[in-house]
Amino acid sequence: MSLEAVLVVAAALFGIGVYGALSQQSFVMLMMGLEMMINASILALGAFWSLTAGGNPQGQMLAIVFMTVMAAEMALGFALITNVYRARRADITEKLRRLRG
Amino acid sequence: MSDSLLVDAMFWLFAAGSVVTGYRVFRTDSMVRAAFFLLASFAAVGGILVLLGAEFLGMVLILMMAGEMLIMAIVMVMYMMNPAGLNPMWMVHQHRVAVAVGVASFLVLGSLAFLIDFPERPNPRPEEATAELGVELLGDSMLVFQSAGVALLSAMIGAVVLTSRRGRYGDAEEGSEEPLLQGAEEGTV
Repeated sequence: MSLEAVLVVAAALFGIGVYGALSQQSFVMLMMGLEMMINASILALGAFWSLTAGGNPQGQMLAIVFMTVMAAEMALGFALITNVYRARRADITEKLRRLRG
Repeated sequence: MSDSLLVDAMFWLFAAGSVVTGYRVFRTDSMVRAAFFLLASFAAVGGILVLLGAEFLGMVLILMMAGEMLIMAIVMVMYMMNPAGLNPMWMVHQHRVAVAVGVASFLVLGSLAFLIDFPERPNPRPEEATAELGVELLGDSMLVFQSAGVALLSAMIGAVVLTSRRGRYGDAEEGSEEPLLQGAEEGTV
């Protein structure tokens, strides 16, 4: 298990996440793409933490901050989906031509 | 089979699993199945983190994602059309651009892994990474930890504010306003 191997896996996950976030019409699928990108960055961070910096605890601290970002993104994303659905009956991005209420 | 060979084999198993299930997320007809594929991908990444020696992070990631993906599946059943995958689903836009950008970002990031000269473990791996993290969380990094907690709390409050229909003084869609004090007349308070 070398650093390069883990980073390539993280890059693959990030690429799939970018593809999903750009291509999917459904809001929830779009968020899945975003989640997968953050996941890839957590994996890359874990690899750096374990295989280059010799594992000082601040690296794990940073990963916890990443997870906080992920959770906040999920919570606010779902809230916005709920709101947009109530206001517009929209469940895909194509139904939103403008964002003004 | 030696230990490092076993770790390598498990790493490649998890790596293949995470990438394949990650790809299947956007290729399955059912959105609920997509959520569970994403959960499988996260679980495999958590497994790799455990192999890397970050046991706490890997387990927290799996635990958090298990809850999150269930919520995601419920949201999809609530709002999305065709959640069960009875019909073929192909809801994409700008597909070629998206594929190109995805492949390009994979190639660029993947090649960076080989081009950049990273330091190779200048310090020995800690014996008890989880215990060290615990001391760090409640020691030097306590401010960061607390800020993350406050950020999560404000995200929760924000989510409730965004989704709640009823304000404190009535229906939000009709503009909920604070009632006048008892005995006071309009314009005097």
